[in-house]
Amino acid sequence: MNTVANQLPREFRPPRVQTVFDVGKVRRDFPILAQRVRGKKLVYLDNAATSQKPQVVIDAISRYYEEGNANIHRGVHYLSERATEEHEAARKTVQNFINAEYAHEIIFVRGATEGINLVAQTYGRANVKAGDEVLITAMEHHSNIVPWQILCEEKGARLRVAPINDRGELLLDEFERLLNPRTRIVGVTHVSNALGTINPISRIVEMAHRHNIPVLVDGAQAVPHAKVDVQALDVDFYVFSGHKVFAPTGIGVLYGKTALLEAMPPYQGGGDMISSVTFEKTSYNKLPYKFEAGTPNVAGAIGLGTAIEYLNGLGIDNVAAYEHEVLGYSTEAISKIPGIRLIGTASQKAGVLSFVLEGVHPHDIGTILDQEGIAIRTGHHCAQPIMQRFGIPATARASFGLYNTKEEADALVAGIQKVREVFA
Amino acid sequence: MSDLRELYQDVILEHSKAPRNYRELATANHRAEGYNPLCGDHFTVYLDLDGDSIRDISFQGSGCAISKASASLMTQSVKGKTRAEAARLFDQFHKLVTGQSPANGNRAELGKLAVFSGVSEFPVRVKCATLAWHTLNASLERKQGTVSTE
Repeated sequence: MNTVANQLPREFRPPRVQTVFDVGKVRRDFPILAQRVRGKKLVYLDNAATSQKPQVVIDAISRYYEEGNANIHRGVHYLSERATEEHEAARKTVQNFINAEYAHEIIFVRGATEGINLVAQTYGRANVKAGDEVLITAMEHHSNIVPWQILCEEKGARLRVAPINDRGELLLDEFERLLNPRTRIVGVTHVSNALGTINPISRIVEMAHRHNIPVLVDGAQAVPHAKVDVQALDVDFYVFSGHKVFAPTGIGVLYGKTALLEAMPPYQGGGDMISSVTFEKTSYNKLPYKFEAGTPNVAGAIGLGTAIEYLNGLGIDNVAAYEHEVLGYSTEAISKIPGIRLIGTASQKAGVLSFVLEGVHPHDIGTILDQEGIAIRTGHHCAQPIMQRFGIPATARASFGLYNTKEEADALVAGIQKVREVFA
Repeated sequence: MSDLRELYQDVILEHSKAPRNYRELATANHRAEGYNPLCGDHFTVYLDLDGDSIRDISFQGSGCAISKASASLMTQSVKGKTRAEAARLFDQFHKLVTGQSPANGNRAELGKLAVFSGVSEFPVRVKCATLAWHTLNASLERKQGTVSTE
């Protein structure tokens, strides 16, 4: 890295060239990673649950509360104006990040879960009637199952589920066959949190659009790992959570195409989402505020904007290339352990290594690895239907982020060997 | 590693690999299911109650080493005991795994169950160790449905 070049104003900086991803430098940006847990170096491999935060994000949140805190959109004073500007600047940052056409297509929500519930409760309730169908896939997180179940139950509609194969890949032919004139919306994950499978979103959208069916994509596990372009993908709705992409909890994004968002009834009622209120009649605010009732999570939005800028600074393509290499290395190393069975072996994967070990329950693997300072997740990963599909009660899941290293993959392998010793 | 050895004592590992009384009980007149939704552990406990005493007991299901070994050792410990004796044993066991160390005299009463003392160092595993016991309790109290740890 050329430090002189970094001090130049942005417009004068030389164009970015492909550099070697310096993971050691990146790790120093995340203060939490330097600590020891249970007397061992922390190996944090639970990124699919939540990511750690770089110092710049922590600082941005502190600075907001130390210097900039005010309520937004209605103040005439200096601090309110400044907070409003920062909040809306974060919206622009998100817009550019996923390449939305307009900033008003970015709705701030609490997270991916709330984004999906918002669409189910507004678009869904307005458009899904008795006898209609909602189509999802067998690899969805509970957050992309239950909101649709609630809707279908209320409306007397039917939830259809497109199956997956033994590698954890969506059966596209089956998916296409399930699309029919009664299908009102498709909900599909971009990357599976339990299997790591990357779904072919463009092809899915193309199939659904041939039947004029809108597609909602759950991008919670995708945005930390790959460049997402909502216009190129032509998705109708896209949701993700800030906390999985190095921002704080409690902030997330719903992207929707303008025409769809305009036609949708509001979600929650309250302040900020109205343009005028009388006891007889309320008219609603324009986009995006129509869907943002109440004082929003201003600090969260600023934190999210900062996290995205941080990611942009590293270059999402560099991140993706580096992560691909580490995941490949880890997959190979872990596959050599006797008794290991990987759950999720799709040809296109990101971030996740789910596995079971013969004769050892995942919960015991988790406890023993924890004693080695290695944080993984064990259980059903809020995706119980996937566990049923593979005939297992649970998996152990190591999930990688941009700050994980091959040395940490080696530590994971050594940890699993220790598990085998205990259970020998 | 020492904490780990405390947790995964040989007796526990051995029982988890070859659980005792692991079958459906043909003579059962009581049964209950226990479920831990956090990790997917799921057990059925079968009881043959003769009046007030446990004539026979068995279990089936899937779970981690701690929960399976606990179920196995529980069936051995309560067979032939009265309801009141089983309840008292559970109380002692619960104190043991939650670190409210029972008096030495009572610890002797626990017998083999004392191998679970290491669980107290792993608070998130207490539910694993007590799942079968909660299920037994439900079965004794003739509660309907599934017992959940949550």
